[in-house]
Amino acid sequence: MFEAFANLLAFGLLGLDPVSRTGAAVQFFIMDVAKIFILLVTVIYVMGLLRAVVAPERVRAFVRGRPDWQARVLAVSLGAVTPFCSCSSVPLFIGFVEAGIPLGVTFSFLIASPMINEVAAVILIGILGWKLAALYVLAGLVVAWIGGLIMQCFRPERWVEDYVWKIRMGEAELPAPDTSFLGRHRFALGEVREIVGRIWKWVLIGIGVGALFHGFVPAGWVSEHLGGESWYTVPAAVLLGIPLYSNATGIIPVAEAMLGKGVAVGTTLALMMSVAALSLPEMLILRKVIRWPALALFAGVIAVAFTLVGWVFNALA
Amino acid sequence: MKQIKVLGSGCRNCEITANVIAQAAREAGVEVEIEKVTDVAEIMAYGVMSTPGVIVDGKLVHAGGIPGPDAVRAWMDE
Repeated sequence: MFEAFANLLAFGLLGLDPVSRTGAAVQFFIMDVAKIFILLVTVIYVMGLLRAVVAPERVRAFVRGRPDWQARVLAVSLGAVTPFCSCSSVPLFIGFVEAGIPLGVTFSFLIASPMINEVAAVILIGILGWKLAALYVLAGLVVAWIGGLIMQCFRPERWVEDYVWKIRMGEAELPAPDTSFLGRHRFALGEVREIVGRIWKWVLIGIGVGALFHGFVPAGWVSEHLGGESWYTVPAAVLLGIPLYSNATGIIPVAEAMLGKGVAVGTTLALMMSVAALSLPEMLILRKVIRWPALALFAGVIAVAFTLVGWVFNALA
Repeated sequence: MKQIKVLGSGCRNCEITANVIAQAAREAGVEVEIEKVTDVAEIMAYGVMSTPGVIVDGKLVHAGGIPGPDAVRAWMDE
């Protein structure tokens, strides 16, 4: 349906040649804009109706006081359904520390939260199929789990800024949500407006990059250089993803174009995870609560984990 | 006079929230004093982790994201 619509618009209305590079790129762009934005609005609305999102305050209350492994299971799985805004990462970090939650568990949460979310998961299924979606989510959970464990081994407590330990958090009852259907509907609409308003730029840029890749990068060149035989393509993808930042949803069309041209699965996944989870601005915000060595270690551990995941998938493919 | 505090580290959403409240107050003809709380320790003392949060006359009424227009109007009537 989306393909027919995009064909009609790109080749019929605009009169572009289907075999030309521009034609292919424009058709890809129109198709993905329609598909992704319709999916995005629908998924966010439905999640809003169900109130499927979990507030970080509740995660904190849930995780505190549990044995390490239980806390980590909860942090990783709740991280996947907690909406994450990097401007909240500092209070979140402090709140977890104050609740006595081990730092390793907090790091697990900080890795899982931006990388996996239910919206990106559904759009992944819609665009790339459930197999790839499952691989991405699974890889994300594993990296979050192991990344937090490794951070723990380095005793990161010594790098936490002193003032963080002194903060005492109040216990406030969050206002009870309006659970009537009208209340849910309003909340869901608000969520759509807020989230789409926040991420639409990332998604459009992602679709643009995907369209250019789809139209202008020759498949022969891709299979020769990015087909998965050369070991260095995976770490290169991870490094490329560090300065680049996008929302987890925005990177999906890029991955779609890459896979379509024959880029190896592991290389594509490594780039996706790196772009979504490793971002310089977020790292710099965390500098308010932890010192440089911990930040460098955090970035290093995740980068190595993404590279390993990429290699494993390339080897299995 | 209502004392309203907007809790947030100064991100864009906090600015927007403060503006939304100021506008709703003007429309309702309610006198308000809006204070932006940017100190993390003070924000946490209210029990808020997801910013922006809103405190009306000492009571937490909202946390996380920009509050909806209906909610903001309701605070003015209280």
